[in-house]
Amino acid sequence: MKKLVLRFFALCLLIGAFGCSSDKSAPASSDTPKPKSMLAEEADPMTNKGIGPITSVEMTAAVDQTLADHGKSVYEKMCTACHKPTEKFIGPAPKGILDRRSPEWVMNMILNPEQMVKEDPIAKKLLVEFNMSPMANQHLTEADARAVLEYFRTL
Amino acid sequence: MKNHSNQLQHFLLGLLAVSMLALASCGKTNQGANTGTLGGNAASKTYVAPGQLDEFYAFMSGGFSGQVSVYGLPSGRLFKVIPVFSVDGEKGYGFNEETKPLLNTSHGFIPWDDAHHPNLSQTNGETDGRWLFINGNNTPRIARIDLSTFETVETIEIPNSGGNHSSPYLTQNTEYLMAGTRFSVPIPQKDVPISSYAQNFQGALSFISVDKVSGEMDVAFQVLMPGIDYDLASCGKNQSHGWAFFTSYNSEQKNSLLEVNASQNDKDFVAAINWKKAEEYLAQGKAKEFPTNYMHNVYNESTQTATSTAKKTVKVLNPADCPGLVYFLPTPKSPHGIDVNPTGEYIACSGKLSADITVHSFANMLKAIDKKDFDGEYQGIPILKFESVLGGVVKEPGLGPLHTEYDNEGNAYTSFFISSEIVKWKVGTWEVLDRVPTYYSIGHLMVPGGNSTKPQGKYVVALNKITKDRYLPTGPELTQSAQLYSIDGAKMELLLDFPTIGEPHYAQGIAASKIVPKSKQFYKLSENKHPYMIPSEKDTKVVREGNNLHVYMTTIRSHFAPDNIEGVKVGDKVYFHVTNLEQDYDVPHGFAVMGANTAELLIMPGQTETLVWYPKKEGVIPMYCTDFCSALHQEMQGYIRVSPAGSATALKWWLGEEKQVQ
Repeated sequence: MKKLVLRFFALCLLIGAFGCSSDKSAPASSDTPKPKSMLAEEADPMTNKGIGPITSVEMTAAVDQTLADHGKSVYEKMCTACHKPTEKFIGPAPKGILDRRSPEWVMNMILNPEQMVKEDPIAKKLLVEFNMSPMANQHLTEADARAVLEYFRTL
Repeated sequence: MKNHSNQLQHFLLGLLAVSMLALASCGKTNQGANTGTLGGNAASKTYVAPGQLDEFYAFMSGGFSGQVSVYGLPSGRLFKVIPVFSVDGEKGYGFNEETKPLLNTSHGFIPWDDAHHPNLSQTNGETDGRWLFINGNNTPRIARIDLSTFETVETIEIPNSGGNHSSPYLTQNTEYLMAGTRFSVPIPQKDVPISSYAQNFQGALSFISVDKVSGEMDVAFQVLMPGIDYDLASCGKNQSHGWAFFTSYNSEQKNSLLEVNASQNDKDFVAAINWKKAEEYLAQGKAKEFPTNYMHNVYNESTQTATSTAKKTVKVLNPADCPGLVYFLPTPKSPHGIDVNPTGEYIACSGKLSADITVHSFANMLKAIDKKDFDGEYQGIPILKFESVLGGVVKEPGLGPLHTEYDNEGNAYTSFFISSEIVKWKVGTWEVLDRVPTYYSIGHLMVPGGNSTKPQGKYVVALNKITKDRYLPTGPELTQSAQLYSIDGAKMELLLDFPTIGEPHYAQGIAASKIVPKSKQFYKLSENKHPYMIPSEKDTKVVREGNNLHVYMTTIRSHFAPDNIEGVKVGDKVYFHVTNLEQDYDVPHGFAVMGANTAELLIMPGQTETLVWYPKKEGVIPMYCTDFCSALHQEMQGYIRVSPAGSATALKWWLGEEKQVQ
């Protein structure tokens, strides 16, 4: 009840404000310093698991070749329009990614890119670095994303 | 509790809206009738807050635009114009190679029609949210729209017809769609004097079957009727399921100045057709195969391409060979709208030149047939006695009744064109309960589910022919309009005016909850069997077959692959087969080529579409993405080098570096 009344007044205020304030809702400018998030990344990117459905990934010591082969075929169909395996293209190259990022982060970036580029400090920085080229959500299943991760281990 | 707080919220929002309205009307003088009866809380009843969703979909005929428009109710917000019978450059409909066949007819490719009566598919007499059907009035056709994609997926031409107006009203399990001809014509068509109408003209009433699973339509059979004008139709429900009813005018059989000459007889006819009986006669082999020509066009969602099939014969039943198939019910004053009520017992017939509404009783009709209570015959078809089939008369409710819809409480709502109003009356007692003016000259009207066995009630939408002073003027041509009225109180209340495309004829409304869960978000690449689809950038290529050049192209945010092509020559026919590799919701890409004599492509995620371009002059031609797709959309562009005919420029294509895309 109180909340509703507050909402009502908030709405009135909003209407009151309309037309006399300049537009402050432009996208958060990329050059605004964000010391905290930068620090978080600089601290240790490998501890950042990203934001999304994946909270832990188990990997065998040796590469699961069958899984990696499947991952390669998924990658070729769904990812190669923007990612070359070993060189920078529209987006970064996945080669060596597990030396730079946690496996959970990689899978969350594949499965939940919209939220990642808005909220995850590393993904936000990458979006800027790659000229605001968005990471497309290609709606991979978790199993396919896991297979793609295994393929990345072979690069 | 939740309800309570919702009410409070609505109250507060209403208060806000009212105060804003009060502000807006400061200094305005009262414009009398022009303000309608807009009550103080009307705005709150149609207010759908930003980010909130409407309760109903409304599918409106686009009339002479040939299209269907999709609105939300109660907000009156326009969501989409679905191209159906007319080409639409915005969507590439009728311009790209995949959808062109949908506009094929026995007269060739036709870029336009006049679309009148959307009808939602039904199961057990209830709208089921699977398909929407609509008639093309001018070159007789019916189209089917798939409500998971909101795309036209099939069109079928109606043979032996001269104008498909009484259509596509459907039976309670969508067994058949009605397709009665408005204009009788010589069947088969031949060169005869127009004044030989009475001798040479006949009217075909077609029954179009619908496959239960695929939805595919077929002309199951036609009933060959006397040459008069068949106007509108309604199908039986519950106990009257198995019958279809068509209004008619021009029992005078005149072919000129119908305005006067077709209004001489005091009564015309409603044709009652026992289609279950027709099925029996078909099984007995009573139908004759008539040679004819008509096109059937089907869009295959798997190949994402429509194909046309020419059909050459149609099964025709002649009432003279089929006793009990057709009866005429005399009905006063050139009946127009005909609407069976939700129980299936009453058939409201609006004599458009009458001051009354005539309501026939199905039970009385069966009794009259049983007792052979005939009043002679017309062209060999038995006429039932008017007094024997009559169920009731709504006395002098208004002038020029046209159409009736029903609510879930036994009430009927009839539109009155001449007196510009909606009149609410009680089915069974025939008393007038309420009336409300419309602005102006209402044609059809629509209650969500109002022609089914389970009307949802709540609102009635008036579909008006004239707006005059209701909107800012836009030169001589003014917008058409719809008006939303609440019907859940004792009095109908005008809530909202909103403009419509073309001339809105009939409309259908359905609870959003029946459609939203089935709405497709994107086409899966793995299910795309388009013959020119490529699954990834490494498959992009350009293939020359003589003067035909096939470009296998892909799009993803934000580039084309390839985006540079050389070796195209003047005189070539270039096919751009563009596959959108995106697999996410709301990421279409557009594709346009400078100087191409066609529309853009607008390719949904996972879809393949084809643009054909005839390069005419040498030079370097830009191409680009027309649909803002990302921050780098403006960079989504490319070039095609056009060399003179016969030149030696090598065929090359690339993305990024000048080499063939691997």
